[in-house]
This record gives sequence, C-alpha cells and structure tokens, in this order.
Amino acid sequence: MTAAALIAILFGMALLLLRAFIGPTLYDRILAVNSFGTKTVLALGLLGFVMDRPEFLDIAITYALINFVSTIAILKFFRYRSFQVPLVRRGQGGNADG
Amino acid sequence: MHSMFNGDFGIVLVNIFLLAILFATGVAIARMRSLFAIVMLSGIYSLVSAAWYVAVDAVDVAFTEAAVGAGMSTVVLLGAMLLTSRTAKPEKLFFRLGPLLVCLATGAALIYATVDLPALGDASSPANAGVGLTYLQVAWFETGIPNVVTPVLGSYRGFDTLGETCVVFTAGLAVALLLGFGERSLAERIRNEGRSGDHSTRKASAASDEDPS
Repeated sequence: MTAAALIAILFGMALLLLRAFIGPTLYDRILAVNSFGTKTVLALGLLGFVMDRPEFLDIAITYALINFVSTIAILKFFRYRSFQVPLVRRGQGGNADG
Repeated sequence: MHSMFNGDFGIVLVNIFLLAILFATGVAIARMRSLFAIVMLSGIYSLVSAAWYVAVDAVDVAFTEAAVGAGMSTVVLLGAMLLTSRTAKPEKLFFRLGPLLVCLATGAALIYATVDLPALGDASSPANAGVGLTYLQVAWFETGIPNVVTPVLGSYRGFDTLGETCVVFTAGLAVALLLGFGERSLAERIRNEGRSGDHSTRKASAASDEDPS
C-alpha cells in the first residue's frame, strides 16, 4: 500500500518536473517548484515507512518548513523586486510597484 | 509487489528514479536561457539530491543540502539576478567545447576513482574497521544519542564543528555584504537608478556594471 502510494508520488514528481521544464510563464514554474517540494516531503515520509525507518518523518517536516520559506521569498522577490520591503505595508509611503 | 518493495530492489529503483530526475534537471539547466527558470530548476535539483541523500542514509548531508541548496542559495541567486539581466546570451559552439571536455574529464576521473571504493556496507572497509568501530561501540553509552553521526559531530568533534560553523557564517556574511540586503546596497542603488531614469532597469544595471571596470 505504501509502495503503491510512493510510486504514485514519484509519477507526480515526474509530471511536475515536466511542467517546470516547459512552463511558459514564471508562475507555472513557481507553482511547479512549490508542488515539487510538497511531493518531496510526501515521498520522504512514505520512503521512511517503506524502508521501515519512520524517523524520516522528522526530516520531511523540516523540508516542508524550508519549502514554505523559500516559496515566500521567491514570491516576495517577484512582487517587490527586492527583499527589503516588509510583507505588511505600513502607511502609504510604501513603494509597492517595483 | 509489496514484498518486492520491502527488499533492496525497490530502494534501488527509487534511487535510479531520483538520479534520473537529477540528470534530466541538469541537462535542462544547461539547455535553458532564462535565468529565472534556471534558478527554479536548481532549487528542484537541490531538493531531489537532498531526498536522494536521505534514501542512501546520509541524513546529515541531506539536511545541509536542503537548508543551503534549496532554501538559502535560491534566495541568494535571486538577489544576484537583480544585478544582471534576465536571460543568458547563447554561446558559440566553439566556446562550449572546452567546458564539455572539462566535464567529461572530471566525470571520467570520478568514475575511475569509484573503482577503488569499498562496497556499500563493507564491514572490513577502513571507515568501518578503524576508529568508526570504536565510535559505534562507545557512542551510545557515553552520550545516549541514537544516531551515531550526531555525537561524532557534536560531542567528539565539537570544536571542529564550531570552526566549520564559523567558516560558513563568515562566507554567508561576505555574500550578504557583496549582494547587499540594505538600503545602500548595490542592488538597491541599481534599482533606484533604474526607477529615476528611463524606467529600464536593465540598461541602468548594464551601465553601472561597466563603470568599475
């Protein structure tokens, strides 16, 4: 059962990789990378159970955190063209359209 | 099928699949011209290689690769993209031959070196027979940490790890100073010049790139 789930996840990873290769717009690629990170987290969790090492779940959780932070950083970069701008705009002095 | 995947054969298949993804991603990175797509694909490359390190039981290396490769270097590369253009110029075929030959020679040397390596899990290999055996016997009773790599890095070689951390911190600080994450940084200056000028950041950055040289 876990093995079948692992195969399905690996197949999904291959499809997402295809989207990251040919994705016409930037957002296709951002979405592909983010989903690919999620699939990696799931694949690591399943791999831990297939290999009889459920401790891999801890590593998978750390990967989820890293994936989240880097996706936020990439999206912020493309909204503001900089990492300087705080995510919450204060007042109206913010130069939002970078 | 389930019994097949409990054995080594399934793990070998997973390894082959992950390495095939790595190969395809590397080829795609070499073929692409859009720098943003290359940064995204290098993030995927780091994630997959980290997953592969977990699959071959090198968990500490996997952690480092995931944190540095997938997390930090994506952000640093995006910051570097602020200072340059968005696409790479295609090189002439003649200039691609040199790097290709260097890659082929390095790959051949590495494959030649693997012939001398002991087999995976060989009990009589130097890594397992020498001081490693002592660590395996003693580490649990002296530290009580289940993963042997952790007490070796943190307890027995604590000063070594502290030095490594200092080196990595210094390198990160230098990169942050070069790329700049402040108001007076080079990236911010180029960005502001592009805005006050004719709204074409690329031209402004190209001009200021030529100034120091």
